[in-house]
Amino acid sequence: MDLFGSFALILAFICAVYAFIGGIFAVLTRHPLLVKSTRQAGIATCVLIFLGTLSLEYLFFSDDFSVAYVVAHSNRDLAPFYKIGALWAGQEGSLLFWSFLLAIYVFSALMAYRNKNGELMPYVGVVLAGVQLFFLTLNNFVASPFKALAAPGVGGAMNLVTRADGNGLNGLLQYPEMVIHPPNLYAGYTGFTIPFAFALGALLARYPGEKWIHLTRKWTMIAWGFQSCGILLGAHWAYAVLGWGGYWAWDPVENASLLPWLTGTAFLHSVMMQEKRGMMKVWNVWLVFITFLLCITGTFLTRSGIVASVHAFAQSSIGNWFMGFIVVILLVCLAAYFKNRDYLKSENQLDAMVSRESSFLFNNLILLVSCIAVLSGTLFPVFSEWLSGSRISVGAPFFNKVNIPIGLLLLFLTGVGPLLAWRKTSAESLQRNFAWPLAIGVVGGVVAFALGYRQFYSLVCLALCVFVTATISMEFYRGAKVIRARSGASFVASAVDLTMRNTRRYGGYIVHMGMVLIFVGFAGVAFNKDVQKDMQPGQTMQIGRYTLLLQGTDTKPQKNYTSERMNIEVLRDNKELMMLYPERRRFNIDQPSGTMVAIYSTLKEDLYVVYAGESPETQLPVIHAYLNPLVKWIWFGGAVVVLGTLVALLPNRKSVLVLSAVQQPAALPGQAMTQPFRSTPAMREGHD
Amino acid sequence: MQKRAKFGIGIGVIVASLGCLAWLGYGESKTYYHTIAELPTLHGAAAAHRMRVGGTVETGTIRRLSGRVDFVLEGEGKSLPVSYTGSDPLPDTFVDKSQALVEGSLAPDGRFVAERVQAKCASKYEAAPGGTVAPSSAATNSTQRSGM
Repeated sequence: MDLFGSFALILAFICAVYAFIGGIFAVLTRHPLLVKSTRQAGIATCVLIFLGTLSLEYLFFSDDFSVAYVVAHSNRDLAPFYKIGALWAGQEGSLLFWSFLLAIYVFSALMAYRNKNGELMPYVGVVLAGVQLFFLTLNNFVASPFKALAAPGVGGAMNLVTRADGNGLNGLLQYPEMVIHPPNLYAGYTGFTIPFAFALGALLARYPGEKWIHLTRKWTMIAWGFQSCGILLGAHWAYAVLGWGGYWAWDPVENASLLPWLTGTAFLHSVMMQEKRGMMKVWNVWLVFITFLLCITGTFLTRSGIVASVHAFAQSSIGNWFMGFIVVILLVCLAAYFKNRDYLKSENQLDAMVSRESSFLFNNLILLVSCIAVLSGTLFPVFSEWLSGSRISVGAPFFNKVNIPIGLLLLFLTGVGPLLAWRKTSAESLQRNFAWPLAIGVVGGVVAFALGYRQFYSLVCLALCVFVTATISMEFYRGAKVIRARSGASFVASAVDLTMRNTRRYGGYIVHMGMVLIFVGFAGVAFNKDVQKDMQPGQTMQIGRYTLLLQGTDTKPQKNYTSERMNIEVLRDNKELMMLYPERRRFNIDQPSGTMVAIYSTLKEDLYVVYAGESPETQLPVIHAYLNPLVKWIWFGGAVVVLGTLVALLPNRKSVLVLSAVQQPAALPGQAMTQPFRSTPAMREGHD
Repeated sequence: MQKRAKFGIGIGVIVASLGCLAWLGYGESKTYYHTIAELPTLHGAAAAHRMRVGGTVETGTIRRLSGRVDFVLEGEGKSLPVSYTGSDPLPDTFVDKSQALVEGSLAPDGRFVAERVQAKCASKYEAAPGGTVAPSSAATNSTQRSGM
C-alpha cells in the first residue's frame, strides 16, 4: 500500500505539472481542447491525491510498521479514532493533509464551474495547479510520508525492517479535539486558496466587473468559518489539555493561525464596499493576496521552526521551500498588479466621515494594524537578529497592549457599522438608531461595575457587549416587527423568516452576536485567580468561594496509558458540591505525560484544577487551582459564530410568512413582498 | 481635500496611539535569546537583561535542593550552571539529556537563575501537531506560561 500511495502522489505530481504548464498554453492559445484537457488534468490531480491520502490512512489502520511515518506516530493499541488523527501528527502527513484538503476545494471548484465562466476558469485553473504543484513537490520529493523504515544491517548496508509495534501517538494529541481541530484549521488555511486563485485569475484575465467577488463569496465564508472554528478549538484544546490555566498565549503558532483570520475578516467586510459602491478594488485584491500569503506563512512558521527555534526546538530545511514559494507568489502578484492595475480603478470616493463606508474603512484599518502588530511581534526575533545581531523576543504584554484596544474598537464598530447608512448618515438617524442602545450599554456598564467587574478594559468591554447586543437585537426586532405586522405570525417566526430572506445580512449579525459572547469571555481574563499548593490527603485549599479537599490519590492502568488521579472534593460556600478528578496520564511508550484538567464550568466562572506533578522539595502532589471567570462564554460564542456562518451560507429564501399570510390586503403578491419593507427605515439604512 | 484630511487625522491618531502601546508592551516584555557560548561575552547592561538560554541537560547534574533545583546545561561544548528557583514543579520531560530552555537572568557569579524551564524529550519531537497548537511551549512542557 505504501507503493500504491507514493505512486499515486507521483502521478498526481505529473498531472499537476500538465495542468500548470498546459494551462498556461491554454490561456495563451485558447485552444478549446487544451483548455478541457488541462481542466481534466486538474481534476485527476485531486483524485490521485485522495487516493494517496487514503492509502496512508490504510497503512495506519492495518498497523503497517514497515513505514517510518506509521512507526513514528501510531501503535497497535491506539484507538481507531486517533489513527485518523495520526495522519497529521507529523510533518510529512500534515503536508499531505494540506494537499488533500486543497484537493477537495480544487475538485469542487473545478467541477462546479466546469461549464461556466469560460473566460476566467483557465486562469483560475493555472493558479490552483501552481499551488498544488508546490505542495505535491514537498509531498513527493522533500517530505514523503511513504518512506520505508530502514536500519543498518550486516556490513553497514541499509535494510528494510518492519517493527512489531510503533512508537505511538504523542500523548498531548490523544484528545478528541486534536482530531477535529487541525482539519478545521487546515481547511481554513487551504480554503483561502480559492478566493486567491479567482482574484489573481480575474486580475490576469482582466475579467470584467465584480464577478470574481460574487463567485468567491461563499468560498471565502467557508474558509473563514473553518478558520474561526479551528482557532477556537485550538484554544479550547490548550485550555483543557495543557493545564496552564489559559487558552491563548500569543505563541508563534497560535499567532500564525490568527493572521490570515484577521485579514480574511477584513476582506469579508471590505468586499461589500466593492459590491455596493465599486470602491476599494485594489485593496480587496491585495487583501486576498495577503490572506493567502499569510496562510502559507502560517504553515511555514508552523513547519519550519524559524521563530519557534527561539524557544523551541524544531528545525527543518523545509522552511527554504516555503520561503521560495512565498517570494514567487509575491512576485507573481506584484507583476499581475502592475500590469493590470488600471483595471482596478475605483468608481466612487468616500463621501462622509460618518457613513457605512468609513466604518468599513476603519474596521479594515484596525484589523490590518492588529495583523501587522501580531506579525511583527511573532517575527521580532528574526528581525532583531537581522538588524542588531541579538535575538529579542516579545511576550504576551506586547500583544495584549496593542490588541486589547483594537479588539474593543472593533467591538464598537460591530455595533455601530451596520446601523450607519451608505454614503452619509444624518444626525437625526444617528439619534434614532443609537440613543437606546447607548443608554442600554451604559446601564450594562453600571451593572457590571456593581457586580464587581472593576477593571477598565473589562468594564468597557462588557458595556460595549451590551451596547452591541442592543443594536443587533434592535435590527432583528425592527425587521421582525414589519413582517409580523404583515403576516400576524409570532415574533420568533417573523425573525426566522426575516433571517432566511437575507441570510447574508442576518447571518452576519448572528456571527457578530457570537463575537460579542466571545468578548464577554475575554472580559473575564482580568479577574483570573490561581492558587498552588503541595497537598497531603486530608488537606484543603481555598480559592474564591470554593474549598478543595484532597481525599486521596489512585493509579489505574488503562489500555494505552496509566492514569494517576487526584480525588478532590469541592465545596462551595462550605457546602458539598461535587468531586473533581484532575489526572496525569503516563503513556506506555516513552512519551511526555499528559495532563487531564478537571473543570467545573458555569456561566459565571470555571473552577479549573490541575494535578501539576510532584513537588521537588516535599515529594507531595502539587495541586494548582484556577478560578477563571466567564470562560464558558467563549466556547458558547464560538458555536454561535459557526451557526451564523452556516446561516450566511444558505441561499436567500423568498418570504414564507408574508406570501402565505391571510390578512394581506388585496395587493399583488410581488408588491406586498417588497414595497412595505422598502419604506421602513430599518430596511433602508441597514441594507447589508 | 478637507474630507481626506479628516480621515488622515483619524487614521493617524489611531495608528500613533496603537504604536505607543506597542512600544510600551515591547519594553515590558522583551527577552533576549542567547546561546551558552555567547554568555561570557556579554558585558554591562547586556548581561543584566532578562534572557532565554537553550541547551542540553548534562547527565547526572540534576540536584534537587530545598527551594531550588540545580543542573548544568551544555551546548556548543560550553556548560552553564543553572539554579531553578521557580515555584512550579519541573516538567516531566525534564531529565538527563533532555533539551531545555531556561528563562531568567545571569547572577554576578556566572550562575544562571531561572524562573522558568521548558523541556522536551531529546528523542522525539515534532513541530506543531496540526497547526495552531503551540509547539514551542505546548508540546514541550513548561513550568509556566503567561498570556490572555
